Amino acid sequence: SVNPDLASERQTASFCVEKLTALLDGGAEQTRIRRAVVEAIQSDPVFSRENQYFQTQNERYEAAVMKAVHLQKKMHEMGWTENGPEYKYIYRALSGDVAFLLHRVFMRSISVLGSDKQIAKWIPLATQHQLIGSYAQTELGHGTYLQGLETTAVFDITTQEFILNTPKISAMKWWPGDMGRSATHTVVFAQLYIHGKCYGIHPFIVQIRSLQDHSLCPGITAGDIGPKMNFEHIDNGYLMLKNVRVPRDNMLSKFCEVRPDGTYVRQGSQKINYFTMTTVRISLISDEVLTPLMKACTIAIRYSAVRRQSKLKPGEQEAKILDYQTQQEKLLPQLAAVYAFHFINDYLQELFNRGYREIQRKNFDMLPELHALSSGFKAVITHHCTAAVEICLRACGGHGYSLLSGLPSLYTKILASCIYEGENTILLLQTARFLIKCFMAASTGQPVPPSVTYLAAEKPGKCPAKNKLDFLHPDIYTEAYQHVAVRLISSTATKLQDLIQSGVKKYDAWNQCTVQLVQAAKAHCHYITVKNFAETVETLETKAGIQRIMKHLCDLFALHGIFSNTGAFLHDGYISAAQMDMVTASYLDLLAVIRKDAVPLVDAFDFTDESLNSALGSYDGQVYQRLYEWAQKSPTNKMSPAYERYLKPLLHNTLSKL
Amino acid sequence: AFAMSVNADLRRERAAATFQPELLTHILDGGAERTRRRKEIEALVLNDPDFQHEDLNFLSRSQRYEEAIRKSSLMVMKLREHGIADPEEIFWFKSFVHRGRPEPLDLHLGMFLPTLLTQATPEQQDRFFMPAWNLEIIGTYAQTEMGHGTHLRGLETTATYDPATQEFILNSPTVTSIKWWPGGLGKTSNHAIVLAQLYTQGQCKGLHAFIVPIRQLGTHEPLPGITVGDIGPKFGYDEMDNGYLKMDNFRIPRENMLMKYAQVEPDGTYVKPVSDKLTYGTMVFIRSIIVGDSARSLSRACTIAIRYSAVRHQSELKPGEPEPQILDYQTQQYKLFPLLATAYAFHFVGAYIKDTYHRISGDINEGDLSELPELHALTAGLKAFTSWTANAGIEECRMACGGHGYSRCSGIPDIYVTFTPSCTYEGENTVMMLQTARFLVKSYTQVSSGQQVTGTVSYLNDLSRQRIQPQHVAARAVSVRINDPASLVEAYKARAAWLVEAAAKNLQAELNHRRSKEDAWNRTSVDLVRASEAHCHYVVVKLFTAKLSEISNAAVRAVLTNLCLLYALFGISRNTGDFLQAGILTSAQTTQVNQHVKELLAVIRPNAVALVDSFDFHDVHLGSVLGRYDGNVYENMFEWAKKSPLNKTEVHASFHKHLKPMQAKL
Repeated sequence: SVNPDLASERQTASFCVEKLTALLDGGAEQTRIRRAVVEAIQSDPVFSRENQYFQTQNERYEAAVMKAVHLQKKMHEMGWTENGPEYKYIYRALSGDVAFLLHRVFMRSISVLGSDKQIAKWIPLATQHQLIGSYAQTELGHGTYLQGLETTAVFDITTQEFILNTPKISAMKWWPGDMGRSATHTVVFAQLYIHGKCYGIHPFIVQIRSLQDHSLCPGITAGDIGPKMNFEHIDNGYLMLKNVRVPRDNMLSKFCEVRPDGTYVRQGSQKINYFTMTTVRISLISDEVLTPLMKACTIAIRYSAVRRQSKLKPGEQEAKILDYQTQQEKLLPQLAAVYAFHFINDYLQELFNRGYREIQRKNFDMLPELHALSSGFKAVITHHCTAAVEICLRACGGHGYSLLSGLPSLYTKILASCIYEGENTILLLQTARFLIKCFMAASTGQPVPPSVTYLAAEKPGKCPAKNKLDFLHPDIYTEAYQHVAVRLISSTATKLQDLIQSGVKKYDAWNQCTVQLVQAAKAHCHYITVKNFAETVETLETKAGIQRIMKHLCDLFALHGIFSNTGAFLHDGYISAAQMDMVTASYLDLLAVIRKDAVPLVDAFDFTDESLNSALGSYDGQVYQRLYEWAQKSPTNKMSPAYERYLKPLLHNTLSKL
Repeated sequence: AFAMSVNADLRRERAAATFQPELLTHILDGGAERTRRRKEIEALVLNDPDFQHEDLNFLSRSQRYEEAIRKSSLMVMKLREHGIADPEEIFWFKSFVHRGRPEPLDLHLGMFLPTLLTQATPEQQDRFFMPAWNLEIIGTYAQTEMGHGTHLRGLETTATYDPATQEFILNSPTVTSIKWWPGGLGKTSNHAIVLAQLYTQGQCKGLHAFIVPIRQLGTHEPLPGITVGDIGPKFGYDEMDNGYLKMDNFRIPRENMLMKYAQVEPDGTYVKPVSDKLTYGTMVFIRSIIVGDSARSLSRACTIAIRYSAVRHQSELKPGEPEPQILDYQTQQYKLFPLLATAYAFHFVGAYIKDTYHRISGDINEGDLSELPELHALTAGLKAFTSWTANAGIEECRMACGGHGYSRCSGIPDIYVTFTPSCTYEGENTVMMLQTARFLVKSYTQVSSGQQVTGTVSYLNDLSRQRIQPQHVAARAVSVRINDPASLVEAYKARAAWLVEAAAKNLQAELNHRRSKEDAWNRTSVDLVRASEAHCHYVVVKLFTAKLSEISNAAVRAVLTNLCLLYALFGISRNTGDFLQAGILTSAQTTQVNQHVKELLAVIRPNAVALVDSFDFHDVHLGSVLGRYDGNVYENMFEWAKKSPLNKTEVHASFHKHLKPMQAKL
């Protein structure tokens, strides 16, 4: 039965939960398909995550391999295909706990970088799992800075082969998933040398393990890189190459080719390839970043409605911790952020689809803007959501620290997203470079891409709000965000110019301004997010209470951003000291309003208990019973050898003899 | 094995330092002699083959528990062999043995034995203390329940006195009343001090402590009526068997209630305790340890991140030149140096609280305890302030190490998961902040009614008493000189005063709306937490600044002055809104502050490695491949990875079990 404290939360929802779920899914039909996939996966015991928190690294890895293998069968049984509507829900239903994700990257890189002949040779083998692929780019000594990679591939004209080598320890490939134990092949990125001349980084297909007995191929040293904060189910690996020879045909050659005589030929435009890399940053937002935060919010908010602690009114029952203002102030802004980023993700997807159509028509005009947006938003969203999951974790007190709460694994998983696919600080600096360029163009009257036209517009110098209710007008806060973004971008541009004019070298000037540049890039993304949220709210249906509650969340997201960064808004007096008190008052008022819908708002995310895998967050709110039952299953509760070996001698007077 | 030489980058860094790291180490340790003794004790552990073992990251939880038990048993014996008895020296020895991690006997040594000493009668000490000292009895302290942590009065375990048999009957009446979390409870202990609501003669007398045997001596099996076990895997604390305990009509003799203060007589008559200010003292002491722990944990993370940033080269700053050390990027300095300054600040705060505590309680009978309530209120906030900051700072250090920071070999994941529960235990941080706020509001109210207040809140005396209108009023004008730590202390003081006043006025406004006291308090609690944070921030800046004048060596003083300035200015740049809104700084000044922060980064840069060397963590204690003293990072990452459990066999078992059959079928 449902805990009455949670049941009562659901009776007072101001909106229709099912309608909101459909909105998040992109339509009721999508919701239906998603639920069918989730049901099919979660009713299959092979995919169970029941013992996940008790397993060792070896057991987690083995389970992930087993699931990956079983998934092939399952898809066949269910008639799901890679192009079908069900496919995108499989990963969510498995909560990502499956091996061979890099196998897909292996295939994609061949499809994008390979010639037609190479695609025809390798893709069928990979599809049928006759080989298992990985993608070996990152090295011990180099991550984000690709030009610095040190692995070499030297063309040997006599044998028509490339000779691959790891010339020093820092050149060892390090981190690629599925490579430590599973992969038989991998795409290795190496510096290409022909006749002693370096042609830069190129991709090569290299076999690393025998297809017969899985032993390592000659010249190959490979293994697992050891325990990490999470991803125990993935065998992130290392790879050292010693005079490993691959045929000339193994260099992926859609864009660059080495002819038999050693001539190097570049062909076609790499821009489409560049576009693909950019898309990856956006494609990870939904499953890898928003889903964990949605789960964390679900767990923390449901638990806060069940957990009672201390008294708000003398003589009454202890209060739900969700009724404390400080608890609301921790959790509700994170909930608002989920929705803000969900809508910006929709916006980005839409923009990228449009970009893709343009690029197919050989129009590359949108590329710089898409690149800047994907870099900036990847950084801002992963950073914000990671911090948000940690807030949820800590808001659950001691029990949040138990793995059985589900929160530690959500946190350790999401935080990797701040690093992979581009380190966040570096990505923000890329966005900043674009913004500075556009600002300079705009100030000399040249045209700029749509998302930055605001840099050219003339704006009033003071916020017109007169009372706290004015701050619930999207125009008022959107303008404030815009003002701050323009101010930070323009002041940094000025600073850069001043430094350069005073004789500082360009690169030095850039390094001296990077702290400000990062802030400017963040302000730009924050502004676009707020603006998009407010515009989206306008388009929502007014029925069923959806628009009203989304408006509250939009207001909360915007005001929370001002409240936590007051200095930026006060700096030039755009918002006055008195107005800032109004912002705070409006912000705190909103917490109490959204509090009433907090549980329905997380119910709308529609996670099954199996997906959450949390003793604290289940739909029925039977927190304590579940915690007690799960704890008893812990392997540490089986008889430990520690007693016989160490405790017994200790307890039996070893010491009193001293 | 061959000795590798120190990485050239680190050698250059160390040669360029403007001060002698040992001198700073002595300051952190409290004198050259104490440094010597610390290293001596460290060597006892490091040179003892009994304390060597493989990296715990490669072991399962059960194995890690077993390894910890093994070392703890040895540790207790060796402490006595070596004649180490001073509490601080025991602490050193223990943290070297367990490399900064918790261990199963922590609660026996840190709570069970001390509680016997302070709350047991002489008769009880006879029965329990020596057996516990000799570890025939291993005990823990069972307070927290599944449903209640910080709010002690809500605990549900009952102890009902039965005069017929002169026993207490202990019960866990609900699921939520099951004892949950106590360290060492799950598998190690055979006794527990249990906190329970005492019922006698039909009345509840509130929480009292009882000594409860839970496992059979000899077989270690749970006693009838006792259900006990491990609460399962956690974020960290793998070595610790945090446990649960459920009691069903479990009887213990009347003499097992700790009766130095309150008593139950044979007929069930309850004798009230004389009130006791000293429990404040215990809390202050534990909080001073957490503040010190915040400093140490953050120092370890900084050591790793800064050394690694001096070794790691990436990308280009100047076209055509070799890849620079990532420590040369402004963004990297901006991430790490303020944290380094914070670590130093918290060291000095921790030392200050400990000294003050010892001064006040130096001689309990003659000590003047009048400062204790204020210290109690202040340390609640400082515990929260420092643990929150360090918690976030450790994560920033890890992020600053990029992908390799995410590997367990970096050591930072371990530091984080071991440290982060301190935001919750010994008082949840938000609750702690609100305790400090209660004291601040009380002091403010005293000032408004014309009384003077003393101690760290004395700045409230300066608030003009005429300002009774409910709106905020700009703070007292301060002419801030941003190069002068003393002047920055004044700025922080003004900010704290402004936020305390604002919170107090908002609270009053809610009360004027005829809300109940509790409701008004709840509706103001976000403001109140902000006020407490500002107060704590002020105290930290003040104590760091005060420390500067005590440093005799000019070179060390110069480098610490820069760190102190960075700490204070960075805090302003992160909270410019408060300083602007309160009218303490102008916009032009905040721009100067931001600029000066960046200048200080460049000034501190040459001493960064020497500043972390001064923390003087031995490699074994640091437990990090990235943070090794010799900087030979990549070679040792490879060595470490080869030992990973997944690499135990050349071909993993799952190839034969799953992969091969799949390939055969397709």
